[in-house]
Amino acid sequence: MSTTSPEQGATAPAPADLAPPTAPDRPSARRPEPAPAPRIRRILAHTVLEARILLSNGEQLLVAIALPAMVLIGLRLLPIGRLEGAQPIETALAATLGTALISTSFTSQAIQTGFDRRNGVLRWVATTPLGRDGYLAGKILATLLVHVVQVLVLGLLGVILGWRPNLLELLAVVPVWLLGTIAFGSLGLLVAGLLRTEAVLAVSNLVFVILVAAGGIAFPTSSYPRLLHSLVDLLPSGALGELLRACLAGGDVTGGSIIVLVLWAAGGSLAVARWFRWTSV
Amino acid sequence: MTDDITAPASTPPAALRIEDLTHSYGPVRALDGLTLTALRGQVTALLGPNGAGKTTAVSCATGLLRASGGAVEVLGRDPWNAGPEHRARVGVMIQDGGLASGSRAMQLLRYGASLHADPLDVDQVAEHLGIDDFAGTLVRRLSGGQRQRLALALAIVGRPELIFLDEPTAGMDPAIRRRVRHLIRSLADTGSAVVLTTHMMDDVVGLADAVCVIAGGRTVASGSVQDVITAHREHEGVVSVRAVAHGVDPAAVPALEADLAAAAARHGARLEITGAGAADLEAVLLDLMAPQRAAAQGQDAGAHRREPGTQVQDAAEQEGTLR
Repeated sequence: MSTTSPEQGATAPAPADLAPPTAPDRPSARRPEPAPAPRIRRILAHTVLEARILLSNGEQLLVAIALPAMVLIGLRLLPIGRLEGAQPIETALAATLGTALISTSFTSQAIQTGFDRRNGVLRWVATTPLGRDGYLAGKILATLLVHVVQVLVLGLLGVILGWRPNLLELLAVVPVWLLGTIAFGSLGLLVAGLLRTEAVLAVSNLVFVILVAAGGIAFPTSSYPRLLHSLVDLLPSGALGELLRACLAGGDVTGGSIIVLVLWAAGGSLAVARWFRWTSV
Repeated sequence: MTDDITAPASTPPAALRIEDLTHSYGPVRALDGLTLTALRGQVTALLGPNGAGKTTAVSCATGLLRASGGAVEVLGRDPWNAGPEHRARVGVMIQDGGLASGSRAMQLLRYGASLHADPLDVDQVAEHLGIDDFAGTLVRRLSGGQRQRLALALAIVGRPELIFLDEPTAGMDPAIRRRVRHLIRSLADTGSAVVLTTHMMDDVVGLADAVCVIAGGRTVASGSVQDVITAHREHEGVVSVRAVAHGVDPAAVPALEADLAAAAARHGARLEITGAGAADLEAVLLDLMAPQRAAAQGQDAGAHRREPGTQVQDAAEQEGTLR
């Protein structure tokens, strides 16, 4: 026989201040209607969360900092990937910044977003005041924040290895850096939004290695065989590599590279808007 | 003019109205004319087997899916077109948690609170749900029950007027489950509308003011727990009542049961005393879903009907089918 209700004995009180704005019998508990935090605060909150996740994860740090640092040291010391008339450290640093940008904007974002999608984070976020646009804005800002950390750490390492930065060169890198982030960030989101999580891991890592080693990042496209040269020039990595070398190592700025990178950034963004899936259903 | 004393007490306003909702995933019809209402100040439970359409209905109500047909109104708005102001008024705990695996528990709860202008006190919520016990633990290392608690905290931290909870007590130990039930009841008692989907009949019997049984994408029964049980079983000559006796000397329980059975016998009825109504409700659910199961198995639905008096046993035997 039931002599107690299921809830009897639940002695722990609920939080005292749970009353919603329309609490019917507690006028003293009336509060303003639930409202979202200001938009900028929501986006910054998400930026901080994403950046902390990226920078507190050992594997992510390996990809974001350690791997590009190895590229920098390797290209500084080995007689490969150099441009005539440029200091070895300059071509090495250009290749390193390209590697860092692709690792964070493409590989890390693809993997993290892929897992977020599988774990239902994207579904939950879409029901909160942050929303889908706030999620994407926060993610982009977090990526840029991580890039700043990368540039500072790798730039310091470059100085130790003999790099002498020039302010004009650095300013010229900024638009290239932003374009590259949009292009590779949108491609990372596309991979995360279209493939299964396991495939995202495999594809994003494989593409990263191929683009860095053979896609115009570690080596100038002019050093490729003639047949490959034109193909690599059309890759976003080829265009990014050439533009970074032009800014940091005195290479030639080609309009073709700018157009290629702009097209990848625009095409990637449109593709994300068209095909990105927020759920695994 | 005199008051009509037979008129029902004033009905609280609806927070959620769904009418004739349809939705398909390709050739699969997930919702097929679903209708339901959830009132402020009440806990409304959505019941049904896996694949009945509960999650799809909640997805439409939370703006995650655009229904193919019918109408959804959440706090007076179409959720599909709603902005952040609307979403701040609705709390959602989704089926798979939706928690960022690389964050830490308390970090994520503070982040969730920071999306709202006037959230609950985060420390108070964490203490109440025992989240402070694993505040610094990475989400991917939390147990299922701990994740549930964190997801629940995130759903309520914005002080929402309407809260969707998907399996809120799944994976929780009994003590925490009791505390969570108490919390959900408090939310409704202070004016929020709570819509929960669950397979745990104890949750329904102990919490729900109204239930909506969904099968095959449509509502097959709705009302209070008592109404649904009574409506379904009275044709079998079965009437279920839920009584709570206070001040009973444990030694007098057998005598009290005997007296009740004797009173029933005077009316020609056989009294079956159970600990709670959960088993009854589960038996009703199995009966309501029998046609779908029979259709799926290509069998006669009548073969699934049980003789009165065997339903509780059958329900227990088929528990695995429901969950």
